Amino acid sequence: MSPGPALLQLSGLRKSFPAPDGGRKLIIDVPDFSLAMGEHIVLRGESGSGKTTFLNLISGILAPDSGSIRIGGVDMAALGEHRRDLLRGSSIGYIFQTFNLLQGYSCLENVMLGMTFGTRGDKAQALALLGRVGLSHRLNHYPRQLSSGQQQRVAVARALAKRPKLVLADEPTGNLDHKNAREALELVRETCLETGAALLLVSHDPEVLGTFHNVRDFAGLNVALKEASS
Amino acid sequence: MTIALIVRRSLRQHALSTTITALSIALAGGLLMSVWVVKEQAQRTFTQVNTGFDAVLGARGSKLQLVLNAIFHLEASPGNLPASDYEYIRRHPAVKLAIPIAVGDNLRGYRIVGTIPEFFTEVEYAPGRHFSLSAGRVFDPSAKEAVIGSFAARRLGLAVGDTFHPFHGLVYDVRNQHAETYRVTGVMAPSNTPADKVVWIPIHGLQTMSGHDPRAATDVSAVLVQLRSPSAGFMLDIMYNKQGNRLTFAYPIGAIMAELFQKISWFDKILTMVAYLVAVVSAAGVLVAIYNSMASRRRDIAILRALGAGRLFLFGAIVLEATAIGAIGMAVAFVAYAGIVSAVAVVIQAQTGVLLETFAYSPVMLWAPLGMIALCAACGLLPAWKAYRTDVAENLSPIS
Repeated sequence: MSPGPALLQLSGLRKSFPAPDGGRKLIIDVPDFSLAMGEHIVLRGESGSGKTTFLNLISGILAPDSGSIRIGGVDMAALGEHRRDLLRGSSIGYIFQTFNLLQGYSCLENVMLGMTFGTRGDKAQALALLGRVGLSHRLNHYPRQLSSGQQQRVAVARALAKRPKLVLADEPTGNLDHKNAREALELVRETCLETGAALLLVSHDPEVLGTFHNVRDFAGLNVALKEASS
Repeated sequence: MTIALIVRRSLRQHALSTTITALSIALAGGLLMSVWVVKEQAQRTFTQVNTGFDAVLGARGSKLQLVLNAIFHLEASPGNLPASDYEYIRRHPAVKLAIPIAVGDNLRGYRIVGTIPEFFTEVEYAPGRHFSLSAGRVFDPSAKEAVIGSFAARRLGLAVGDTFHPFHGLVYDVRNQHAETYRVTGVMAPSNTPADKVVWIPIHGLQTMSGHDPRAATDVSAVLVQLRSPSAGFMLDIMYNKQGNRLTFAYPIGAIMAELFQKISWFDKILTMVAYLVAVVSAAGVLVAIYNSMASRRRDIAILRALGAGRLFLFGAIVLEATAIGAIGMAVAFVAYAGIVSAVAVVIQAQTGVLLETFAYSPVMLWAPLGMIALCAACGLLPAWKAYRTDVAENLSPIS
């Protein structure tokens, strides 16, 4: 499948954090990166390499020191925090390694909340997706009443329910056993294919990496890592 | 809908602190409304209750003491006045009705007041309302008979046909029992006036009770007066109070009672201030409860933010939660209010015979809940600001 027009376009993206010595440590320095509509890219990187920070920058959870993050033509980096929240709510589905489900809410409510702040989706859509991930019989269960695999499936359903243009997945199989990891991964990939969403997945798990064609090394992308190791 | 769901879930997740905080709001709100209504009702009722009389004539002294003694049966009598003074005012062309009373005895703490049968037949104690008996008949003025006020009858356990011995003085002392035996011939229907807590006997009986000074056998303690016109009151006021120096003419009764409330208004103010303070402290409890739970909420806030909830949305959700706690508290406050005012009304009725209309509408029932809810909402601003400032990335752990 040939890549479509760019959905995500990063340019000169830099992010640093305060260092113990009082200075600042550069964590992310990505001169250029793009992801086309419907494209699936996996970034390989070790723990602590800044992958989550990278995804947080793309999703607008963090603001970069410099650079631009264009999503569908809108520069996330140039927006204020409120507009970033809105853009994230409407265009990005985020799957976290630790699921980040809301413990006081049922499965259905967790998925519905994922849609509420976006622009698309309704209860029927949430029910359909929970059915798609095999949790129709667990709609009113709370996260603590579910297994890890089931929780991750709810998290996947939540991220995809609003039919985002871009799905970010941060070590989505990190807390799952082999069987659940494989199923979760299939689910993410299939639903992204079904909805036409672009997928940017970060992982250091060889099994995950082996199931994708387009795998890139995060160290090759992030200049800050090269400088740190040299 | 989403914000309502988030608030509902948050209240449920912090059910214990929500319940305790709402209960403290309820007690504070109930107390505030009770203090206000009791103050308002007491002032209104006591300045309006005159048992159908415009003025009281008594011995020279304080007008307030005279009114409290003759109308509310609370104070000691300032002294007696000769029968001739009663006869004079009874025949005065400006006077429509004059009822003499004599006090000085009690029945196990309830005042025995001597009067004439006209008190039960002629007096309109409120527009269109005359005293009536729920059982029996009015006493014979020449017999040792009694009519018991409804409240006193209930408390003393007396019914028609029962007998009793009066006790000397206004304070009950078992050693001061009179030898006379009185028989109950009637029990008054409730009038919600001070007359309900009195044991009424013929005035002649009280004047000539064994042990009373025989030289005062025709004296009366006070004369309750109905005037033909308001101007007559001012005329008699000048005659007795300005020109005379022997008697006191207490007129108008409502103004004299209003003066009493004016004198004790400092106490009202202190009570109201305490109620306000309790309300503020309990509303601050909302701030403390939500603020203290912010540590456990940070992760949820971060997740909601990651899902696209704006900072202002979450700020609003916290303020709404504080508002909801206030609203729940104030809904329960009406139960607390009902309990407090009912208890206070019983005490006031026992002391004065006057029944406050505690469940009548008062503006405080509108502004106190609204004020408390607004105060709770204001107390939600600080934790809401903390939620607004929550760092999303820091609270979405772990990182890879």
